[in-house]
Parts: sequence; C-alpha cells; structure tokens
Amino acid sequence: MNTPSHRQNIWQKLHIDLPLLLGILALMGFGLFVIYSASGESMAMMDRQLLRMGLALIVMVVVAQINPEVLRRWALPIFITGVILLLGVHFFGEINKGAQRWLNLGFMEFQPSELMKLAFPITMAWYISKFPLPPKKRYLAGALIILAVPTLLIASQPDLGTSILVASSGIFVLFLAGTSWTIVLTAIGSVLAFLPILWFFLMHDYQRTRVLTLLNPESDPLGAGYHIIQSKIAIGSGGLWGKGWLMGSQSQLEFLPERHTDFIFAVIGEEFGLIGSMFLLSLYIYIIGRGLIIASRAQTSFARLLAGSITLTFFVYIFVNIGMVSGILPVVGVPLPLISYGGTSMITLMIGFGILMSIHTHRRFIDR
Amino acid sequence: MPPKKRITMHDHAAEASLFKRRALFTFCCVVILMGILLLNLYHLQILSYKDYATRSNDNRIRVVPIAPSRGLIYDRNGVLLAENRPFYSLEMIPEQVKNVDQTLDQLNKIIPITADEREDLIKALKYHRRFKPLTIKSRLTEEQVSVFSVNQYKFPGLLVEAGLRRYYPYGADLTHVLGYVGRINSKDRSRLERSDEWKNYAGTKYIGKQGLERYYEPLLHGTPGHLEEEVNNRGRVIRTLKMTPPVPGKDIYLTLDLKLQQKAVELLDGRRGSVVAIDPRTGGILAMVSSPSYDPNQFVHGISSKAYSGLLNDRSRPLINRATQGQYAPASTIKPLLALLGLEEKAITPKTKVWDPGFWQIPGVERKYRDWKRWGHGWVDVKAAIVESCDIFFYELAYKVGIDKISNFMDKFGFGERTGIDIYEESPGLMPSKDWKRIRYNQPWYIGDSISVGIGQGYWTTTPLQLADATAILADDGKRYTPHLLKAFTDDNKLIEKPLDEKPPIVLKNPNNWRIINDAMMDTANKSRFTDAKYTAAMKTGTAQVFSVAQDKKYVASEVEEHLRDNALIVAYAPYKNPEIVLAVVLENAGWGGKNAGPVARALLDEYMLRDDRKQVK
Repeated sequence: MNTPSHRQNIWQKLHIDLPLLLGILALMGFGLFVIYSASGESMAMMDRQLLRMGLALIVMVVVAQINPEVLRRWALPIFITGVILLLGVHFFGEINKGAQRWLNLGFMEFQPSELMKLAFPITMAWYISKFPLPPKKRYLAGALIILAVPTLLIASQPDLGTSILVASSGIFVLFLAGTSWTIVLTAIGSVLAFLPILWFFLMHDYQRTRVLTLLNPESDPLGAGYHIIQSKIAIGSGGLWGKGWLMGSQSQLEFLPERHTDFIFAVIGEEFGLIGSMFLLSLYIYIIGRGLIIASRAQTSFARLLAGSITLTFFVYIFVNIGMVSGILPVVGVPLPLISYGGTSMITLMIGFGILMSIHTHRRFIDR
Repeated sequence: MPPKKRITMHDHAAEASLFKRRALFTFCCVVILMGILLLNLYHLQILSYKDYATRSNDNRIRVVPIAPSRGLIYDRNGVLLAENRPFYSLEMIPEQVKNVDQTLDQLNKIIPITADEREDLIKALKYHRRFKPLTIKSRLTEEQVSVFSVNQYKFPGLLVEAGLRRYYPYGADLTHVLGYVGRINSKDRSRLERSDEWKNYAGTKYIGKQGLERYYEPLLHGTPGHLEEEVNNRGRVIRTLKMTPPVPGKDIYLTLDLKLQQKAVELLDGRRGSVVAIDPRTGGILAMVSSPSYDPNQFVHGISSKAYSGLLNDRSRPLINRATQGQYAPASTIKPLLALLGLEEKAITPKTKVWDPGFWQIPGVERKYRDWKRWGHGWVDVKAAIVESCDIFFYELAYKVGIDKISNFMDKFGFGERTGIDIYEESPGLMPSKDWKRIRYNQPWYIGDSISVGIGQGYWTTTPLQLADATAILADDGKRYTPHLLKAFTDDNKLIEKPLDEKPPIVLKNPNNWRIINDAMMDTANKSRFTDAKYTAAMKTGTAQVFSVAQDKKYVASEVEEHLRDNALIVAYAPYKNPEIVLAVVLENAGWGGKNAGPVARALLDEYMLRDDRKQVK
C-alpha cells in the first residue's frame, strides 16, 4: 500500500498552498502597477493599498490555520448572526450614497453583506452535505429558503452586485452537490420566466436605467451612458499591445470615472492592450483551476462544496466586473478581485482563499 | 441523533466522483465564459480598434467643476473683514517643455527662481502626470505676471494661473471671531461625504476651519458651476462648449464694530486677556477679542509645521479663544447678581446691614474668611456692599441662601451652559451644584464651598462671553437674547436681517429689585472710574485669586510668580438708561481688577459712547 509521506514541508506546516499563494501574489503585484497608473501616480494611494494587501495576506494566513471542521460546526450560528446583522442594517443602517449597507458599530462602520459572502457558502455546504448526495428534492426546497433570506435582504438594501455574489455562491453549492440536470434546467427556465416580473416590479429605477444604457449607451452620452462609453473607448483604443503603462490618455485625462476602483479593468485594457487583458485572464484561470483542484482533492463533502463554491464565486466577480466594464453586462458594483483599489472586498476574498488553503492543508491523508 | 443515521448513508466514493464530474463541467463553463469575455475584448481591441482609437484621439468633452467664490464678510458698518484676493502662480505642463533646465535658466532672467523652488520642481516632476500643470512658482506679483505675459511666446508649455484666495485684511485683530479657511483635508472630506455635501466641493480647495468661517460655511460657500470643454488627446482645451456659472456664496454682515474691536486689541496690547462687548438690546456682539492672537492668513496658504508648533507650544496659548473658551473665576463681578438673588429670596432687604470687622466665620467654626480690606468696612448695606465690594456681606448672604438657590438662579443668567453664540469654539464654564460635586468628586457639598461661591470663587468658572451676557440681562431688567455675531446676509442682492433670538425673560417677584442693583452699579461707576465720564455708566470690578493664600498671610503681588497673580476683571455698561453696550474685560494675572481692567473698560466705553456718528449706528 501507499505509505503516506509524513514529511510535511514548511508550507504545509504553515497551512499555505504555494501554487495558490504565487497566483495571488502575481495578481496583487500586477494590481499595484495598475493602481499606480490609475491613481494618477499617487504614492499615498499605493502605500494604502500595500498596507491593505499586507493586512489581507495576514488575515488569509490566520484563517488558513482554522480547521474546516470548525467552520462546519459554527456554520449555523455564523449564518444566523449574519441574518440578524442584515436585519439590523435594514432597520438601523446608515444611508450612504442612497443605499443602506452600513451598520455603524460606534468604533467602525461594518458591512454585514460582506460577512454574508462567506457565511452563506459555509452554511449552504454545511446544510447540503448533511444529506446523502445528490440531494433529494425535499432538501433542495429547504436550501432555497436558506438561499432566499440573505439574497432578498441584501438586494433590498439595494446592493444588486453583492446579492448576485451571495446567491450564486449558494447556487454553486447546490450544483456541485449534484442536483439533477432536470432540476437545473427547470430552474434556469423559471428564472428566465421570472425576468419580466423582476423588471417591472422588483427593480429600482436606477437599476433599470443601467440595463437600458447597456443596450444603448449612446442614448445618454453625458449621463448614465458616460461610464460605459468612456470605458469602452479606453479598452478599444488600447489595441493589441496597449498604449503603455502610464500612457493611457483616457485614464490619465480623467475621462474614465471610478478608474482605480470598479472600472480599473479599463485602465488595463487601455494601457496593456489585449495582451495585458489575456495575461490577467490567464492568471485568473490559473487561480480558479487551482481552487477547483483543491476542491476535488478535499476529503469531505462539506470541504469540497465549500472550496468549489468559493472558487466559482471568485469567478463571478471577474466575469461580472469585466463584463460590465467592457459593456456586455449592466453596471453593478462589483470590484475586479485583488486588483481594484479598496479594502473590504479584498479582505473577504482573502479570507476565502484562507479557507481554501485550510481545506487543502488540513486533510488527514496526503494524496498519493 | 437522527442526523447520524443519515450520515451512514453517505456513499463517499460516489459523492467524490460526482463532485469531480461537476467541477470539471463548471471549469469548462468558466473557460468558455472567459472565452466570451476575451472574444468581446478581441472585438473591441482588434476589430474595432481603429474606431475606438479615433474616438480616443478625437476631441472629447470634459466636464470641469468651477468653484464658487466665497461670500465676503463685513462688519456692521460695511467694512470688509474677509475678502477674496486674486493670486497668480506660474505653471508648467511637463510634456510640453522639451528641456526643463534650459527653460528654467531662461525664466530666471525675467523672474527669479530660487534654488529651493528649482529643486522642489525637479523632485515633483518625477511623480507628476505629464499632462497636468505643475506649479513652478506660487504667489507671483502683478509685476512678474506682466513681465511673463510679455515674454510668454518664449516659453511654450508655461502659463500663468489665476485664482482667488481668502485674505483677512485685519489679520490678528479678528482671528478668533472670523476664524479662517484652510485646504480641505481628509477629515473635512469625510464630514462632507457624510452630509452628502461633497459633490458641491468638487472644485473647491478651501473650507472654513474655525470661527465664523466654519459656522457659516453653508452660507459662505455657494454652489459650484461647471464647464463642458473639448480637449484633445493630450489634454489641451480646444474650446468651451457650455458653461453653467457658479453661484457665489452669500455675503454676511456682522454685528461687530471694527473700530471698537481694534480699540480693544490696542488696549489689551498683547497681554493675556479678553474683551467682549454686547449690545444688550439685541444680543449682537460689538467686539470680541482674545489676546494674544495670531495671523489667520498664514493658515490659508498652509502654515509651516514649525510655525504651527510654535503657536501650539506658546505658553500664552494664542490658539484658544479666551472670550468663549477661557474659564475664569468671575470673582466680585457677580456680586450684583448675588445681591439680586438675596433681595429676591428676601434673605436681605435694601435696608439690611451687616457688620464687617474684616473677617467672617461660619457660626461655630474657627476658620476665618477674610475680607479683601484687612480692617473691614464697618456697617454695610447692600448698596455699599456692591460699591465697596464687601466680601463679608456676600459670605453671609451665600451662607443664608445656600448653593441650591444660587445655582438655580445663576443658571437663568446662562452660567454653566454654552450661550449658543454662532461659533463652535465655546466652553460651557461651570456653575457648581450639589449634584455636580457628588458626580464629579463623589463628595458632599460643604458650607465652605458655598462661601467661596458667594464671592465668585471656588468651583465657579465663567467665560468672558458669559459674564458679558449675564450683565446684559441684568442691565436690561431680565430680557434675554442669544449672543450672536451674524447681523444679516445677502440673498439675490437683498439684505436679509437675521431675526432676533429672544429667550423668555427672567421675571422677578419684585421688579423693583432690578433697579436697586443697577443703581448700586451706577454708584460704583460714578465713585471711581467713571466720575468724570460724559455719559452715565455702571460697573463692577473683580479680582480673582488664581491660587490660595494661606490663612492669615498677606497677598503681595510682587512676591508672586506672574502666572499665579490675580486675574483682573470688570463688567460695565452704558448708558445707565436704555443701555447700548455691555462690556466684560478679563486680564489674566494683571492684579487688582479696578486698577488694571478698569482703564480698558473706560477707554472702550469712551470710544463707543463719544463717537460723533453713534446716533446713526444702531
């Protein structure tokens, strides 16, 4: 029989997955270059972003030390806390830029929906892995209720971007758990049927405007369509090789709004061209591939489903963000993961990677 | 446990392989979706490249915010106290200058560039966007501007920028009233963002940081406009398409009288102290000086950290507004109010006489409370007690009335509470009470505490503004107005007067008592400082101990370190009938109140009352 090699190397002892870490560091490094350019060469912003990255890496390493079993046991309490906090936001939250997302804790402002991004896949994985897989229909019904509560609470803040991320993290768990194709296809069908209802009754005016401008951005070149037009011009004018670092006139002349946060991909497209975009997408595919390998090698259903969901949610960030910046998806507030300037989402993402590493390095048997 | 039963039904191998199949499927989907993104990028960057490249190179429309010009500040007579002055700076667009060194050498021939400026510029060049103008020299003189304009053709890429900057022509005289503006920092920014005002500050560089500039920021700032301009791909403006002009901030007029203010500054002459003058008929502040002061203009264009720490560490604390934040024992200046309380509570009558042998004892207690006059005043009634500032009379009064009534009564005159003046820098002072002492020190109130309060010492502290305000209430028989600096502001070229903020008046059981006390204050004035005045005045001085003299020791000013010497105070008003101005003067560590603060009060009332144009000014 195979004698499992108990010679753990230093990385395993630290509970760090080196291939994943290298991918993350490469992304962060690239991100710093882009932010330097997008911020108008501001050293102060570079310093702040570096600080955040350092903090996020520390948080990731700390999370990686936590055994996934602990997460499984705490899934329900964490989830309930998250829902209570969301309700708190609903009733006592601070209104900021028209949306109620923040809870003022006195010493800091805190976004419970951010907690939900992690609490939710953990809960879903915990719930569905209790039962034999593939899940039976009656358990799926329970899962849908668990899914609906946080999604609707977050969507009503209104924060469409986050509610999409939260909902998809739950859906990924169900899909990876092996929900039968009949159900998957029926679900897709009913969502399509549901779209008109969403459009006419549930969407906010500003959300409808965003969709309409997506379809025809030129209709309102100085208003709502401005972001999309300017970012498409930026990306398109980058060509194959790009205009060069710090040379993007769209970005540097401040035509591009939010260019260091949600629209940072436009700066990449403009200054590094199609080659740069391809480089970025390959890095992302590499990280997603590594995440799915970690998921497949996990030894419990809970760990598998959680790792798979975290990895695929990471992909949703990428797809929604790049899709919106390059004009094929409506504008929703989702940052480009590990590249956009800002701290909250980076910490959440890195906690997610910490969980992946924890899952991979806490296995009881090492692979052959 | 039932879940255990279910777990036994798990088929781990099948679940794992099911997961692997699904994971592989999703990974394929991920790759396909990434492919779609890439395809779209290919479409944008390769197929439509020419189209987008042209559009990017094309003239583009850029929206530039224009900051509104800040409202001006005038005194009550229309004298300009805060203005916006044009300033010019020489700027360079780095990418349009081929050889920086050569350009600077050439420039040096017509406008001197110091080695420091040169070094700063070279350093800044590294971190600067090549499209954006960079300042070579700020604060050009008008002469330099014209010299450069004539020679501009020799310097492609260099230009003169004009802007407006706040200027306070009277400098340190008004610092604590006007405050100053400064560059918007991250703290200001997050405050503006919270109140959803940030969008109005897109082009604004300065914001009110202190004093009226801060309090009336919403009035003074105005509404920004914007410019839609066409720029080429190098950032150069081709032409302006549309302009929405900004709406300037509102001009404001103060109740302040600049001449009186300047006179007060001159009289204080840099000594530590404060003067507050109020019009008792409105609560409008005529003068408010805190001395020593500092030049607010240095804060507008960024004070050096050395100069700032100099101000911060200055032992005479110029940054504090003594008029509203300085906390002083009111000393004998509040004897009239205590006497009024005595009459009101019938603890004394106008005829009550107290024997003053030079000391007073709580019945049955050994300790002696001394009068300032070592051998005493003999028999004194309430009038004499005020005129001669007899301590013994008020020891006895405070003992009889007790702290509860004193505290309640003084609250009505605004002690221990912010007056609500229209600047944010204000302290409430302290009006002690039994509750306060229990909470603050966890100690009961002792009778001795009341005795100290009886002569305005002990725990009792007030700001000069509170003293002036309380005296104004007394002088006007109980009518109360919130002290304020704003008189009016302009709106669409119309002058809008600020409505008076009248608070419910203090009503006495016997209204005659007002006059008894005010008469005593007039007597005080007539028998001392104002004997030869051409108008009727009323006053009361005070000398506040800063440290305690041991029992039976004599206080000799020259033997005491300066910062431990007595504070000199005076409150005064004029004319006696229908008073128009009430004053409070505090001079820190100056010594005897009547001797030191008295001349300041007299000179200020002379200045105000003997003006030729006084009748017109109301």
